[in-house]
Amino acid sequence: MTTLIFFLPFLLLFVVLAVWAERKVSALVQDRMGPMEVGKWGLLQTVADLLKLLQKEDIVPAAADRRLFLAAPVVIFVAVFAGFAVLPLTNGWAGSSSELGVFYLLAIVSLDVIGILMAGWGSNSKYSLYGALRSVAQIISYEVPLALSILCVVVLSGTLNLQAISFQQGIWVNDVLGSEAERIWLFGLPALGLEVTEVGGILSWNVLRMPLFFVVWLIFFIASLAESNRAPFDLPEAESEIIGGYHTEYSGFRWSLVFLAEYGMMLLVAFLGAILFWGSWNTPLPNLGPLRLAEWTSGAPGTLGGHLWGGFWLLAKVLFTIFLQMWVRWTYPRLRVDQLMSLCWKYLTPAALVLLLLTGVWRLLG
Amino acid sequence: MVQFLFYAFAALTLAAALVILFTRNLLYAAFSLIFCFLGVAAIYVLSGADFLGVTQIVIYVGGVLILLIFGVMLTNRISAGPVLTGLHNQFLGYALPLGLLVLLLGTLGQLALPDWALRAEATGGLVQQSTVAPIGLQLMTQYILAFELAGLLLLLALIGSALLASPASEQGPATPLAPSPGAPSSTQPGTPS
Repeated sequence: MTTLIFFLPFLLLFVVLAVWAERKVSALVQDRMGPMEVGKWGLLQTVADLLKLLQKEDIVPAAADRRLFLAAPVVIFVAVFAGFAVLPLTNGWAGSSSELGVFYLLAIVSLDVIGILMAGWGSNSKYSLYGALRSVAQIISYEVPLALSILCVVVLSGTLNLQAISFQQGIWVNDVLGSEAERIWLFGLPALGLEVTEVGGILSWNVLRMPLFFVVWLIFFIASLAESNRAPFDLPEAESEIIGGYHTEYSGFRWSLVFLAEYGMMLLVAFLGAILFWGSWNTPLPNLGPLRLAEWTSGAPGTLGGHLWGGFWLLAKVLFTIFLQMWVRWTYPRLRVDQLMSLCWKYLTPAALVLLLLTGVWRLLG
Repeated sequence: MVQFLFYAFAALTLAAALVILFTRNLLYAAFSLIFCFLGVAAIYVLSGADFLGVTQIVIYVGGVLILLIFGVMLTNRISAGPVLTGLHNQFLGYALPLGLLVLLLGTLGQLALPDWALRAEATGGLVQQSTVAPIGLQLMTQYILAFELAGLLLLLALIGSALLASPASEQGPATPLAPSPGAPSSTQPGTPS
């Protein structure tokens, strides 16, 4: 459980930097400079914004349902932050070692919806209510492809424990306490006769253990964008239609809590994607003959090297995913509501079901 | 520690239940039902039924309750003020719980309070083990029929709700609510007015 000590300050620091990065990425995409005035390259812009935000008055609209309105941001943030409890950070630092890791995470993600509904109803404003309804419809719908894509990984791994899933994707696979000796085959097929247990690196990542997992990851990524209300799925807060969606009426610190939860959600799904598909804290470099690249770039579990390398690789993957999320946001236009639903129910869900079947077959072959 | 946590979560569950009982605001009742369910889930986890606990959150909090709140929000005009419940059938309403209480009072004395919680220190090892693997194996072997039948039932419900909500259906009320996952059309902005 000690990962909490890392995640709370990390989340706060991340949000400050991510807002800055978001502006810079959008500037890059739109061929402009972005914030340049405050600090070097505008680095302190978000800090200045934050100072302004914290000084603002905490306004509760007169017609709002006071209790629900005040409680909602806290519920949203707590729900998102509770998800971080099960994330492993390095090969020696696992967070909650619950056997139910992924399942718990899915449950927690749906708790977020309750806070959004509270905010939307409590604000007593049509924009907030529409935003909340859209948000909840979207999150509930996209939970189906999200859960199915996660289920594909669970079928292949045979465990719900995120740390166990991480160990399976690298050279330390047999260092897990109490597990049987396991061998990793190239593409998950023993029939090929190429064992990569000692080679490690990218060859033992889930995304290569089942070649179709790249498609599964795409489904996961699209669904995770919708889960975190990011463009092109930002209908719940579509500025041009419903002002700010469910957080229209919030100001000051409570608004920043909602904002914090949104970026926390991005971070959470980025962590989940990296852990499930992209090798978690394992190095991408394989051992090639005498070149022990995998061993040089990852430390044994429990050692200082293990912590540093593991943390580095996982955070690098996660931050790259965040960059992808921003890139997508500033590149694609927003979907219409009917397009949103038909994408989810007519394309992503059936595709995820077929992939789940194929993963099951692959698991039987392997 | 486990005992303390048990009493804390039991208190949370009971307090939430009391709020449901005494509030007349339907939304408050629905939101405190969430805390009630979360408390029950925590008690499941403390009893060693970790899978059941998380399933409770997924199904009741993540599914049933959200649809419930969704339904309340769609059925009422937003500016109409809080949605209040009235008091009906007061005689039966008091008589039934009182009868139940009398029945339960007889057994309450015999019930050793949370037995497993008192023995939690001794059975700590047992509680530590996850129930995921045994549940999975049992569901796929001994209880396969019940499992498949439940799946069939859910599938029927899904198809039924999709059929009811489809605008083209000739018979049956084309209800604009039906906030079931099988009815994506209900989320279009035109409908919830």
